[in-house]
Amino acid sequence: MNHYFHSIRIDPEKCDGRMKCMRACPTQAIRVRNGTASIIEEKCIDCGECLTVCPSGAIVPLTDPVGELSKFHYTVAIPSPALYAQFGRQILPNEILAGLKELGFNDTVDLAFLCGEVSFAIQEHLREYKGPKPIISNVCPTVVRLIQVKYPSLVDHISPLDIPRELAAREIKKEKAKEHGLREEEIGAFYITPCPVKMVSIRQPAEKEKSYLDGAISISDIYGPLLSAISGGAKHKADYRESLESICILGIGWAIVGGICRTLRLRNSLAVSGLTEILEVFHDIERGKMRHIDFIEAYSCWQGCVGGSLTVENRYVSYNKILKLIETLEFEEIKACPDIREVRKRYAKKYFFRSGVLEPRPLKPLDTDLASAIQKRKQKQDIYESLPKIDCGACGSPTCLTFAEDVVIGEAKLSDCLVQVARASIERPGQPAGSSRSKIVELKPPGPKAKSKKADRRKR
Amino acid sequence: MTSENGLSQVFEITGRDFNRAGTISTKIKEILQEIGIAPSIIRRAAIAAYEAEMNIVMYADRGKVLLTLTPTALRLDVDDEGPGIEDIELAMQEGFSTATDEMREMGFGAGMGLPNIKKNADEFEISSKAGEGTSIDIVLYLNQEVQ
Repeated sequence: MNHYFHSIRIDPEKCDGRMKCMRACPTQAIRVRNGTASIIEEKCIDCGECLTVCPSGAIVPLTDPVGELSKFHYTVAIPSPALYAQFGRQILPNEILAGLKELGFNDTVDLAFLCGEVSFAIQEHLREYKGPKPIISNVCPTVVRLIQVKYPSLVDHISPLDIPRELAAREIKKEKAKEHGLREEEIGAFYITPCPVKMVSIRQPAEKEKSYLDGAISISDIYGPLLSAISGGAKHKADYRESLESICILGIGWAIVGGICRTLRLRNSLAVSGLTEILEVFHDIERGKMRHIDFIEAYSCWQGCVGGSLTVENRYVSYNKILKLIETLEFEEIKACPDIREVRKRYAKKYFFRSGVLEPRPLKPLDTDLASAIQKRKQKQDIYESLPKIDCGACGSPTCLTFAEDVVIGEAKLSDCLVQVARASIERPGQPAGSSRSKIVELKPPGPKAKSKKADRRKR
Repeated sequence: MTSENGLSQVFEITGRDFNRAGTISTKIKEILQEIGIAPSIIRRAAIAAYEAEMNIVMYADRGKVLLTLTPTALRLDVDDEGPGIEDIELAMQEGFSTATDEMREMGFGAGMGLPNIKKNADEFEISSKAGEGTSIDIVLYLNQEVQ
């Protein structure tokens, strides 16, 4: 089986087995065994829900430390437009980009402009497109993975255009290599990311061998140093209007849900955020209910990229900041916009297209042999029918149905169901618990065993 | 086809329950995914199941779907208690529908339901008695060779 890289790690030392992550996981990829949570790699889509709810700080995102820069001769920072929304209105994108340089990058790229170009390219693509509709945006790697894992039949709906951050890295490396007489490998392109999943899409792209990006640095890691770099460098303070000149109104919207559709003024488009909402919409697409929709942008984080788990500002506040910024740009009539004719020319030359092919990544079936798989599914149903169906999670599996599956594949024992154990002892009050159903009761509940030592230590 | 060497499961559907409409076809889809049926077949089965489910929700009082799965075929037996279909031949025509305006507003009633079920099935049988109900039996082959 393939090995999947993930941007999320659970630190078993810190994990208290409180199961909040297990309940929050939209793909039921987490189990708690012996008081410690673990992730089932093939089911994880790197959405980061677990990271947000963990009360013990045991789930950590895996991004690059700023120190990684020293590995390269020349470094470029490519910030997500969500970075612009982390600061107040007096700190505008050009100052943020200047601040990044002071932190040690040789250069920076404003991604908003390229986002704008890709917006135009999407428009071009829709004009000639004859395939299955709606086209689903590939900007959120979690959504792409969700489709590969849970909606394999929708893989053909995913936009064939590459995402702005990849295009930006590809182009800047070419450009800087020429300019400084370096090899492309000597140039490090770092994405400043609002969420951990971008790290996965860099280390293990869904569709190709290798990403053009070399790493991702989290917005929350860089925010503090960046803020002091900006406030220290008063020399960069420029005229307000002048500062706005470089911002692309079309691209800035990519930081928020609805941004692409809004600026493209597509008539039949949908913008969805939050995994539970996305699941519903994808169900409907699968049933053929959304054929009249042309384009869907979907973000696993509420409000879009500004809602990423590695951002600093409240997602609603930063959402609003992006809207205000767009309004200001409209008001000031700033049109730092890509040239549509130029975009069309490059579109025709396949400049915007992804290089690899996206394949479905359906979950491993219950068994590779069809007949056995059917039998196992039957067993699973029979076990499920005998369970309390309250999804308490005390067994360490998120739902009674997943528990039934875990029993069938040998990852859990029926006796892990505490409710059944309790019922059995109530039904036979006079007898010592183990006498008639020894198989069930002699086992201890799964939780505290491994933890007891640690807990004792704390009490003392 | 017996269920001895296969899996069979019954799903109950309540008429006019639009809140839960679509949940049965989703469940069926998930079962097929867990078993590892080819995505193209799952998609066809899910669409057929969904259309059949919606027919019950929209027109019948209650109904049920029996899913039977063996290593060679997938079978859906859909039975409902309801008004039945008076003229099956007419109902099988694309675009024919008796849906109310309300249903059409919700995006249903395009007259594609039955034709869509037939299109996605390898075997299709329908029978109905006015005033009593309708029953639809469909089969999808799992091995390409069988076709």
